[in-house]
Amino acid sequence: MIPAAVALQRPPDARLMVVDASGHLVHKRRTDFPALVQRGDLIIANDAATLPASLSGIHRATGSPIELRLAGRQSLLPQHIDTFTAVAFGAGDYRTPTESRPLPPLFIVGDFVQLGPLRTVIRKILGHPRLIEVRFEGSAQEIWEGLARHGRPIQYSYLSEPLAVWDTWTTIANRPVAFEAPSAGFLLDWRLVDSVRARGAMFATLTHAAGISSTGDPRLDAMLPLAEAYEIPARTADAIDAARQRNGRIIAVGTTVVRALEDAAAYDGCVRAGPAVARLTIGPLTRLRVVDALVTGQHEPGTSHYELLRAFQDDSVLQQATEEAERCAYRTHEFGDSLFVVRASTWSGTITATSDIRRGPLSEPASNSDQTACRSG
Amino acid sequence: MAHTSLRGLRIAITGGTSGLGLALVKRLVEAGADVAFIARRRSGVERVGRQYPGAHGIVGDVSQKDEIHPIAIQLLGALGGLDVLVNNASSLGPVPLALLADTECEDLERAFATNVLGPFRLTRALLGSLAATAREGGVPLVVNISSDAAVTPYAGWGAYGASKAALAHLSRIWDAELAAEGIRVVSIDPGDMDTPLHELAVPDADRSGLKSPDEAAGEVVELIVARIARTPETEATR
Repeated sequence: MIPAAVALQRPPDARLMVVDASGHLVHKRRTDFPALVQRGDLIIANDAATLPASLSGIHRATGSPIELRLAGRQSLLPQHIDTFTAVAFGAGDYRTPTESRPLPPLFIVGDFVQLGPLRTVIRKILGHPRLIEVRFEGSAQEIWEGLARHGRPIQYSYLSEPLAVWDTWTTIANRPVAFEAPSAGFLLDWRLVDSVRARGAMFATLTHAAGISSTGDPRLDAMLPLAEAYEIPARTADAIDAARQRNGRIIAVGTTVVRALEDAAAYDGCVRAGPAVARLTIGPLTRLRVVDALVTGQHEPGTSHYELLRAFQDDSVLQQATEEAERCAYRTHEFGDSLFVVRASTWSGTITATSDIRRGPLSEPASNSDQTACRSG
Repeated sequence: MAHTSLRGLRIAITGGTSGLGLALVKRLVEAGADVAFIARRRSGVERVGRQYPGAHGIVGDVSQKDEIHPIAIQLLGALGGLDVLVNNASSLGPVPLALLADTECEDLERAFATNVLGPFRLTRALLGSLAATAREGGVPLVVNISSDAAVTPYAGWGAYGASKAALAHLSRIWDAELAAEGIRVVSIDPGDMDTPLHELAVPDADRSGLKSPDEAAGEVVELIVARIARTPETEATR
């Protein structure tokens, strides 16, 4: 797979790999997404807008230039804006891949970091020399202004041009609480939301402070995802109950939605409305209690996003999907192609797939006339 | 009159440090709304912020593309969401007013940047938030401040009138398109007011014939209240 190098949220040629409940795989155009939606389904997306979470500055004690990437916050309340978890990098910028970035200077609790107009104190070192808790000085208004004016979107070395803030906001972006874009939502525009509703499905949102997806540091990446604050509106929780009652599927747009919903239902399977912090990590051993299907990006084995896919489908199916994505040169990362994966189990009254069926032939021609042929060989 | 229905409503106003915008800030703060106001000059924002300590002052220029998201971040950050956006900041174009044939292209561009592109960009950046308000049972509203110059072709008001006409039409189309999301978009002509903008346009006007910004603000507030009032019918369809 190749990284998508252009920051276009809805490239006209975007593709969508579909893995159904029995593990069969077909290639579609991403604009065909509404056709996958059935009457009674509930689509849930993350409406977090993306903060410009990369802050450059100076570590006062050593005079060293550093970059802090904000990565977590304990609450989404507007006034709780002073304390963040952050990942620190030494000198350099996004043009250097993160895995080659030098370590920041050795931090001592109480050190000051000047980030443009924002003065910050290091409060904790969180088990890794790059991972710290920082506290901004000043009023909430001053902090919001400093973040909005001095912050830059977290950048990716594979992109040909630096990202502007608007590149990182989905169409449905609401409160600016995500640290990296909830990029599965890039497929949404208002017309698509309309057409999903026209098919008799419902559209709802939650807000999840999507944290950092990768730092390039293996030991730190193994700690991801960090705890992430989220909030589920009462109406969304109600819509989930209603969808279940009519045997509609819950379709998550993005891994952050899966994490929030499953975390909120971890106690007894009921999605609780309100604010919370997701600590649940989803992987092959997770029993999904809420989400029936997921539309997400193309993820590579070894990432926390790929681990989450293992809760939906057998490793053999995912491996075949990965091989097929390689063969067909699917594009990965934030602005890449998409994957629609249905949970391999009973849903909508359909019989559970057996593992034999799940290993069905991937090359079998799809019956859909609108299938996009994979052209590369 | 105190509007209990405005209590806690999250409202953002551009051009909020003078004229109609300032009068709206005053009325809405007094009615208990959670108000953010935007203006270009820091000194003005700080002055109004001292006057209304509960309101959130944001320095920004809506005519500049690069300023829209920093404004939106601060506004949504402070308010935690949005119920009502008032696009009030306006530019006359050439000052003193000029015949269209004598209007420099740059002056025309400035009028359109402030009066059309700015409201378009800011509204678009905030649509996700307004749609979320509707999904959560609120009645989100965008109020675009227009003028009778948008309808009547007054000589000398070409840049202003043409840009306000564009804004009014943009409002109508948006209102039709966004009905599905539960977002209403209206444009309103507040009438000739005794404001700094009017003084720039007509320095020798008889000010006694002009409406006070406070009176006009009262009418805009009435409009907001009427629009966001939930009728039993709209409540039943939710």
